[in-house]
Amino acid sequence: MKRYIIRRFIFGVIVVWIVSVMIFLATRIGPDPALMIASPGADEAELNSIRERFGLNEPLPVQYFIFIKKVLQADFGESIYYGLPVAEILWQRLPASLMLVGTAKFISLSFGILAGVLAARRRTGFTNNLLRWFSFLGLSMPNFWIAMLLILIFSVQLKLLPTGGYGTFWHLLMPAFSLGWYFSAGYTRLTESSLLQVLNSEYIKLCRVKGLTELSVVGKHALKNALIPVVTLAGMNIVLMISGAVAVEMVFAWPGLGLLMYHGAIYRDFNVVQAVILFISAMMVFMNLVVDILYAYLDPRIRYD
Amino acid sequence: MRAMEKNALLQVIGLTTYFFAFRRTRIVKAVDNVSFEVKAGDRLALIGESGCGKSTVAASLLRVLPPSGETVGGKVLFEGEDLLQKSNKEMNQVRGRKIAMILQDPMMSLDPVFTIGEQIGETLERHTDLHGDSLIHRIKDLLLAVRIPEPERRIKQWPHEMSGGMRQRIVGAIAISCEPKLLICDEATTNLDVTIQLQYLNLLKELQKNTGVTLVFITHNLGIVAELCESVIVMYAGKIVERAPVMDVFDSPAHPYTKALLDAAFGLQDLRKRRPIPGEPPNLANLPPGCSFNPRCMYADDRCREEEPPEIPLAPGRSAKCWYPVKD
Amino acid sequence: MESEAWKWIKEIWRRVPKVAVIILLVLIVTGIGADFLALHDPEIGDPRQRLLPPAWEAGGKWTYPLGTDTMGRDVLSRLIYGSRVSLLVAFAAVIIAGCLGTFLGLMAGFFGGWVDQVIMRFTDSWLSIPTVMFGVLMAVILGPGVWNIVIILGGTFWSRYARVVRGETLSLKTRDFVQLAKIAGCGKARIIWKHILPNVFNSVITLSSLQIGIVIVVEASLTFLGVGVPPPKPAWGLMLSEGRGGLLAGYWWLIIFPGVAIALLVTSFNVIGDWLRRYLDPFYRNID
Repeated sequence: MKRYIIRRFIFGVIVVWIVSVMIFLATRIGPDPALMIASPGADEAELNSIRERFGLNEPLPVQYFIFIKKVLQADFGESIYYGLPVAEILWQRLPASLMLVGTAKFISLSFGILAGVLAARRRTGFTNNLLRWFSFLGLSMPNFWIAMLLILIFSVQLKLLPTGGYGTFWHLLMPAFSLGWYFSAGYTRLTESSLLQVLNSEYIKLCRVKGLTELSVVGKHALKNALIPVVTLAGMNIVLMISGAVAVEMVFAWPGLGLLMYHGAIYRDFNVVQAVILFISAMMVFMNLVVDILYAYLDPRIRYD
Repeated sequence: MRAMEKNALLQVIGLTTYFFAFRRTRIVKAVDNVSFEVKAGDRLALIGESGCGKSTVAASLLRVLPPSGETVGGKVLFEGEDLLQKSNKEMNQVRGRKIAMILQDPMMSLDPVFTIGEQIGETLERHTDLHGDSLIHRIKDLLLAVRIPEPERRIKQWPHEMSGGMRQRIVGAIAISCEPKLLICDEATTNLDVTIQLQYLNLLKELQKNTGVTLVFITHNLGIVAELCESVIVMYAGKIVERAPVMDVFDSPAHPYTKALLDAAFGLQDLRKRRPIPGEPPNLANLPPGCSFNPRCMYADDRCREEEPPEIPLAPGRSAKCWYPVKD
Repeated sequence: MESEAWKWIKEIWRRVPKVAVIILLVLIVTGIGADFLALHDPEIGDPRQRLLPPAWEAGGKWTYPLGTDTMGRDVLSRLIYGSRVSLLVAFAAVIIAGCLGTFLGLMAGFFGGWVDQVIMRFTDSWLSIPTVMFGVLMAVILGPGVWNIVIILGGTFWSRYARVVRGETLSLKTRDFVQLAKIAGCGKARIIWKHILPNVFNSVITLSSLQIGIVIVVEASLTFLGVGVPPPKPAWGLMLSEGRGGLLAGYWWLIIFPGVAIALLVTSFNVIGDWLRRYLDPFYRNID
């Protein structure tokens, strides 16, 4: 088990390293970075001074080495736009992203699992089909469109919820729902197939033969087994959610990492963009590792490999 | 009749269970009008090849059929009450407590995410008043009763840490934990290694002797039956085809199918003469007219192919569902 | 009496999820035939007709059935031309991603060893990069343009193909017919091309049909954010970003219709993809 974790950790580090190289290269290919950073109409002298300042004259490997060295010291450089160290800005924005994703995850999990359990218990029926269609629908609508739709209904027509911003629970509701809807389909499908498989197993039959109540059989035994893959999927989806939140954050002016990255890109604030992408990729790799460990914790069979 | 009813722990009368497939267009007659009686302290073997309905009989008794199965007729009188008429809640008072069952596949019978102690404990918590220390004490006693050493260690272990034989003992411990009146072993030894099988049979024998529990042992393996049971019921294609005390079945089988089973397993004292039973297992959705065994029976004639034989009594405690029972 | 081809078509028609296929065909046909079907020019509008509501509302006109936008352009015509853009980008991107991913997956699965390790680490890294964010970054660097966005999308989605194809190749590699081919002395390239590739083809097709929906949505997101298909081209994402301003004022038709169009297109692809998965995968065929 320990060896497995160590091996996965090393792989993770390699993956993050590759990502850093790719990100680094990405911001260096294309037109002269100095041109991008400088204000339009800058003359040669100004461009040169920019090149000096950002070390753009050095050969690429050297630039990369400096870049990596700084990253390992948690120095992502300075944001041109905000004038602050990027690391600090990242840290400031992180809670907002986490809150949004956390709530969205909660909504999508509750709904998804519920729909999945119902689908597995009753194979046909009106509510079952309705829930299935609802999940399917979530897969096909861009989250920012759902966002705008919700604003149209709840803010403009019904005047119940604020159109954007950050602060109270009511601000959180629509963004979280827009973000979460898409993911509930995956949970529904997985819960359904997983639960069906579990309910047909021998140990569930033995539980029934033991005379346990239906609630105990399904709620305690079946669900605990069936939800293991769902939980691990949820873990892996967290990062997908954070990255997919860009458009939603923009619609609601939600101050998260997505919006940060977007503004960074638009204003050519490359330090910010690099840092956010690298940070999120690292988080993704880390989350995968956490998910693997979680899986081993939940399913004792895996532990002794 | 009255006297028999008083003694009879279990009376199955005309039990009929079908499986419905393809939206009820295809009907599989898994159990067809099965009747038998078990008295307290009996040790009955239910024998037949795979698919003959014996496991379905057990599932029908405890009412744990899969969703496609349905008991469409008959009565199951246990201690005088018809189990088929009880609600699920009432059945939960019977299952595990008055009637217990050991399942076939030890590798899959235990929930992988709960410890041994938790799984034995929850049965006890459900059906008895035990809790806390007395509960743990009882679990340890049970583990010792099924010959599992170091019970303190085992209680905290997970199912996958144990071998098949040990897991089947755990299942056995769960089964006897609440002192049931009737224990059904549904192919309990089928998936065990041969040497472990013998150990397990000895265990069952010992448990039966110590607790006096009534045993119904379901298997397709004739060889182990003589060890454990005193009477035998042979099933084929969902029906009972022969009933006899165990030694009579081995000495002088009456139904051609029973005879064929014995030949297939033992070959008349010469293993080289073992013969598999010719033909295909019966299609329970589409049985032939007359006696269900006729396509594979070497004694079959036109009468067998047209009329289904009734169960013909041959001697006290013996009968065969055949027009021409083999006589010796 | 009936020709073979006709019988074959009827047989397929009997099994496919009809509603989804019809919707998809309608959208494709309108996209292709946009020049004939659209009533107005999608890029140039009549400022005197700006912000007209749909025809059935008060103030609407039947010459602009679904209303007009802020620049007086007909919404319906933009929708029709927009389907062309969305479909084009999606198909092109999926083809690029599919080819690239399949190639890498085949290499990794077939050759194993360090080739496999290198490709897999590379794929893993690619998979852990947040898609939309990366798309934004690349779009900003490479500049606007339809083909740029196609390349970006293709370059982002290949990794899922690589994973799946690698898995399939690994399991196919051990199968008898491949071993036989090896023994018979077939060259590696020939084995891959003739034996392995046809068998992974099914999975690739199924994956593609499921991926197209995602690609369409990501393209719409990028275009919405302003880094996808550039204006004044009629793209649904652009209609949404332009319509956003009118949201608070209640100009609902600017965002409802493009969104519905996206949802319809993606749903039909998803339904068809799901059906394909069940149809082509023998395991699932036996369940229902």
